[in-house]
Amino acid sequence: MNNFKISVKDLDLFYGDFQALKGINLDIEERKITALIGPSGCGKSTFLKTLNRMNDLIEGVKINGNVKLDGLDIYKNIDVIKLRKRVGMVFQKPNPFPMSIYDNVAYGPRAHGVKQKSVLDEIVEKSLRSAAIWDEVKDRLKKNALGLSGGQQQRLCIARALAVEPEVLLMDEPTSALDPIATGKIEELTEELKRDYTIVIVTHSMQQAGRISDNTAFFLLGEMIEFGETKTIFSTPEDKRTEDYITGRFG
Amino acid sequence: MEATELNNEYESRPNMSKSKWTEIWEKIVEIIFFLSACMAIVSIAIITFFIFIKGVPAIAEIGLFDFIFKTDWYPEAEILGIGAMIVASIYATLGSIIIGVPIGLLTAVFIAELAPDWMIKIIKPAVELLAGIPSVVYGFFGLVIIVPIIDRTFGGGGNGLLAAIIILSFMILPTIINISVTALKAVPREYKEGSLAMGASHIQTIFKVMIPAAKSGIFAAIILGIGRAIGETMAVILVAGNSIQIPFSILDRVRPMTAHIALEMSYAAPGLHENSLFATGVILFIFIMILNIVLNFITSKVGE
Ligand SMILES: Nc1ncnc2c1ncn2[C@@H]1O[C@H](COP(=O)(O)OP(=O)(O)OP(=O)(O)O)[C@@H](O)[C@H]1O
Ligand SMILES: [Mg+2]
Repeated sequence: MNNFKISVKDLDLFYGDFQALKGINLDIEERKITALIGPSGCGKSTFLKTLNRMNDLIEGVKINGNVKLDGLDIYKNIDVIKLRKRVGMVFQKPNPFPMSIYDNVAYGPRAHGVKQKSVLDEIVEKSLRSAAIWDEVKDRLKKNALGLSGGQQQRLCIARALAVEPEVLLMDEPTSALDPIATGKIEELTEELKRDYTIVIVTHSMQQAGRISDNTAFFLLGEMIEFGETKTIFSTPEDKRTEDYITGRFG
Repeated sequence: MEATELNNEYESRPNMSKSKWTEIWEKIVEIIFFLSACMAIVSIAIITFFIFIKGVPAIAEIGLFDFIFKTDWYPEAEILGIGAMIVASIYATLGSIIIGVPIGLLTAVFIAELAPDWMIKIIKPAVELLAGIPSVVYGFFGLVIIVPIIDRTFGGGGNGLLAAIIILSFMILPTIINISVTALKAVPREYKEGSLAMGASHIQTIFKVMIPAAKSGIFAAIILGIGRAIGETMAVILVAGNSIQIPFSILDRVRPMTAHIALEMSYAAPGLHENSLFATGVILFIFIMILNIVLNFITSKVGE
């Protein structure tokens, strides 16, 4: 029972004097979908960002405890560039670069030194296929990515993240800016991706967490209140606060 | 009940007259704004009108082709070709762009992305100061520092195209730096995050995502830099050597259009000679107009 991709131990995070995460302990299973739920401001995004060190960009952040990826401390033993190559991220707001669809997907591989056109072509097609958007864009690869719809942009961003062949995919409310149809497509997609990737997804939608995730962690005011199989959390939560939140009796 | 009603009425009256006064005051202020705006339009109209009314007949008399392509300038014989001056202006401007743009852009990247706070506190005021130095001081600096260095290194006196290019490069730096910094800072944070999240390095992110995303702003910076370089007069007069000739080496003495006008205006006899200087102004004016049109074209594309 040691197929944990990421292990978080006693993690505290401070923004200056403000403690945003308090003693988080959490193990993320390989090739499973882990959902993070909780009310706004409870620290879900902050936690997600500690997993690929995007918090490094923010000044005044202090972190205690450790996060291990395949047993290696990501704050000590792994170079941040290698880490982010292995732990990709999809943001809440689709953020394709203002360049062609092709260049968006090829961006990561190029940044990591892939130059050969044929190799890039292959990666681009494979990634776009994995993100279930290939058929929609295959005839307009040279067109600017900003011309795509919101849902297409988000799938393009997923493709872009997949192009560097990460092992873990972090998604911060990837569907909150999308309509139900686009949301459905992304949800289906996560089901597909779970075969090859470990996924951690932040969501505000209980239904979404229930539909797609294997495990669920409930956060409240910087603490992780409860963590377990999604089935269990949703049917028989141990903590009263979890139950209140899930049943909608909460803030 | 009654008391409150009375109170309300009592209060509302002075309010009424107060709002009336505010209204009149607002109208007056509006008119002052309008008149100020008119000043700008009227002055540009008058300037354009006078340059053209004196310059265009001169161009017609000399012949447009002869005026801008001939390189002989003998005012006594009424042989008036400013080809050499146009070439000098173009060379000096191009040269300053070739040197100034890379330095300015790298400085801008440094300020916008890389420099620690304490360093920005030094660099930013320095750049602002650079923008505030009067051009005659730049010229003086060129004369006592740059020109002797060029003379010692390459010989030939030191004043000439190279000296002008170096001084102009300094002078356009603030324009290029400030506008590029603004453009880089306006790049959405999400682009930068997206790139870093894929494991691209900070430098890769800057050159592959941020600079391309800021490119219209950077182009605008370059265009404004060109405008500043081509219009600069005083500093250029002091270091360019001012000989009327098409330069064949970067050390040759040159006389850009602005220097030409300023130098000859003081002694030009009224008539065709003087009017030909206005005509030179017309040509310069057209250059600036073209730059402005290009600039408008670029900035209007940003909105798309
Ligand atoms: N850069 C920052 N500097 C200071 N405090 C921050 C910063 N980012 C987040 N916080 C604070 O940390 C806490 C957790 O924020 P976080 O964004 O992780 O919440 P969240 O659970 O993702 O909320 P939401 O569901 O609204 O996205 C909040 O109280 C927030 O105000
Ligand atoms: Mg969040």
